[in-house]
Amino acid sequence: MPTLIQLKNGQFSETEDRFTLVGPDDLTPASGGVILSLARFEGEGALLDEGRPVGVLLQPDEAVEALAYDLPRIAVVALAFPKFRDGRAYSSAALLRSRLGFTGEIRAVGDVLREQAREMVRCGFDTFIPSDGSSSQEWAAAAHRYRHVYQTAADHRAPAFVERSPSDGL
Amino acid sequence: MSLYAYDQIDREMLADRAAEFRGQVARRLSGDLTEDQFKPLRLMNGLYLQLHAYMLRVAIPYGTLDGRQMRALAAIARDYDKGYGHFTTRTNIQFHWVRLKDTPDILDRLAAVDLHAIQTSGNCIRNTTTDPYAGATAEEVDDPRVWSEAIRQWSTFHPEFTYLPRKFKIAVTGSAKDRTAARAHDIGLKIKRSREGELGFEVMVGGGMGRTPYLGPTIREFLPARSLLSYLTAVLRVYNRLGRRDNIYKARIKILVASTGAEEFGRQVEAEWAALDQGSIDLPDLELARIRAAFGVIPFETLPARSEAFEAARAADLALARFARNNLAPHKKPGYTIVNIALKAPGETPGDATSAQMEAVAALAERYGHDDIRVTHAQNLVLPHVKLDDVPAVFAELQRHGLATANLDLISDIIACPGLDYCALANARAIPIAQDIARRFEQPDRAEAIGELKIKISGCINACGHHHVGHIGILGVDKKGEEFYQLSLGGSGAEDASIASILGPALPADQVAPAVEALVDAYLGLKTGEERFLDTYRRLGPAPFKEAVYADAHPA
Ligand code: SF4
Repeated sequence: MPTLIQLKNGQFSETEDRFTLVGPDDLTPASGGVILSLARFEGEGALLDEGRPVGVLLQPDEAVEALAYDLPRIAVVALAFPKFRDGRAYSSAALLRSRLGFTGEIRAVGDVLREQAREMVRCGFDTFIPSDGSSSQEWAAAAHRYRHVYQTAADHRAPAFVERSPSDGL
Repeated sequence: MSLYAYDQIDREMLADRAAEFRGQVARRLSGDLTEDQFKPLRLMNGLYLQLHAYMLRVAIPYGTLDGRQMRALAAIARDYDKGYGHFTTRTNIQFHWVRLKDTPDILDRLAAVDLHAIQTSGNCIRNTTTDPYAGATAEEVDDPRVWSEAIRQWSTFHPEFTYLPRKFKIAVTGSAKDRTAARAHDIGLKIKRSREGELGFEVMVGGGMGRTPYLGPTIREFLPARSLLSYLTAVLRVYNRLGRRDNIYKARIKILVASTGAEEFGRQVEAEWAALDQGSIDLPDLELARIRAAFGVIPFETLPARSEAFEAARAADLALARFARNNLAPHKKPGYTIVNIALKAPGETPGDATSAQMEAVAALAERYGHDDIRVTHAQNLVLPHVKLDDVPAVFAELQRHGLATANLDLISDIIACPGLDYCALANARAIPIAQDIARRFEQPDRAEAIGELKIKISGCINACGHHHVGHIGILGVDKKGEEFYQLSLGGSGAEDASIASILGPALPADQVAPAVEALVDAYLGLKTGEERFLDTYRRLGPAPFKEAVYADAHPA
């Protein structure tokens, strides 16, 4: 079982994965949580009506806007990193949080390295399946390495320009 | 204004970065990380593995340094390199001979003077460049350094834009006379005022060099200044989502803009921008005012426009007179001038400076130049605020250190990338070609008679030497394992931007300088009035120049 790291209330911990990632040729399991590709999700949307936790796996070229109307009922959006260098999923996560108002789980899957922990957390990811064997402690250390940030992002950390503002902290 | 003063937050950012990199190098040296795993990490810190050694590229944000920082660079060159550094067309400095185990110490030393190597490589937003005359020229609408610093902070470790399809370069010019080649950048910003007097930017997107050069089209004629960062966010987000990732040669934003069409691309950006929570991204007025104030104020003296001491000295010294003609530019304050220091002495590598030279420039800046030094995209240095009264003393000191070459924008003021002498991607050497040409036109009277002529040399199609926008561009190509050079004419990176056209078949190395000489002779015979080489070429087209270079090589 690959490790699933979860960020909850500011803490990182290893946690049990409640979802089965359904591969393109797999049968959809009869019970339990599932994560489907976008194409499968569009074909098997009825699963949502069964009250099962359903997630969608988006490839980098699949626009998050495609999910807009189903988001309130989607438990997890998994965003794929085919290569760590492929940065499209950061925009996808940022849009899910800041524009589409998604409050469910955003999961990083694929080529997921601890060196990206900070960017992922800042863009709104809250679960991670590291491909480099990172523990939750290592993940937390990488995510928290910097005391400040310069921009506003989905993690709601106060950027430098807010830290500096005289009214801050009142 | 002088130099942006880092506060505690800015400093802690650099300290955290240096500590992180120290940990990564330790893991690499202990074998915890393989070179494959380490590579992306070191690249995030500007550390490249080149032909012979590691190269560390240090950022000089918008090309601005003070004496203390220049001395630190000089010390690093002396202690960890071979006693010199190389200033690049991105206004950064490279050390070509560092050892991996020393790099954490180098980063600490840099951080101690508010310098770093953040985002000097990788597919992220690179160091923003601006006008080296910023704050000193009367031409500017507003000081572009304020906006460049705002961009520096916004783009530093931007979580969404750290893994773009390709590297991303922004230039800001505050003057109509463009010394930044704004249209040759992924984003070019030109500061302007609206008819109502509001401050803002013309936004040009999708320029670039490389194998398919483009001049960036304007996608917005006027963007209110306070919306800069949200608008940039919109451009970057559209690019991050839609830019090609399947082919490294088609991954720059210029390809996206060209294939989408500038108008449609602009529409997508506007739509994204309208949907953004702009208020959470754009800097509040107070922060913009804080940044502006953090640059400080230069206490200029009230001086007569004419300096008798300077006039007398230049009447008595032909070399000083020549230097004054070529290397000084008008300053906004009477009695002051902008001094250009060309790192282009004949026979030297363009952009190289020794530790002693860097220290000499630092001392001059501290003593005569309000502690302000600029690095230019043409790989030269500038002291932007020098009293005319002090020019003779500054010139004498520059002479003592081999820094008084009076060739700014002349034929021997050549831009050249590191080429095959250092760069693993190169097809051909660039530096020896530049040296050859500079030696051939060493005679200063002749160079002055030829006038403004910008030669730019790249060692391969990646075009780091910007050959596409050279009045004469020279590109190294590989022909069956031999170094050949393709000439192109008629490019310009200035406000009259254009892309150069290839003149004819590539030439072997030893025929490049003679060909340049043939081009120059043709120009001198054809020019009318005050025409520059570029003007004559634009008037007459390639035919007479082609004839001059190839007539002998291919007798009819
Ligand atoms: S143009 Fe080519 S040879 Fe020159 S520095 Fe760039 S990549 Fe290297």
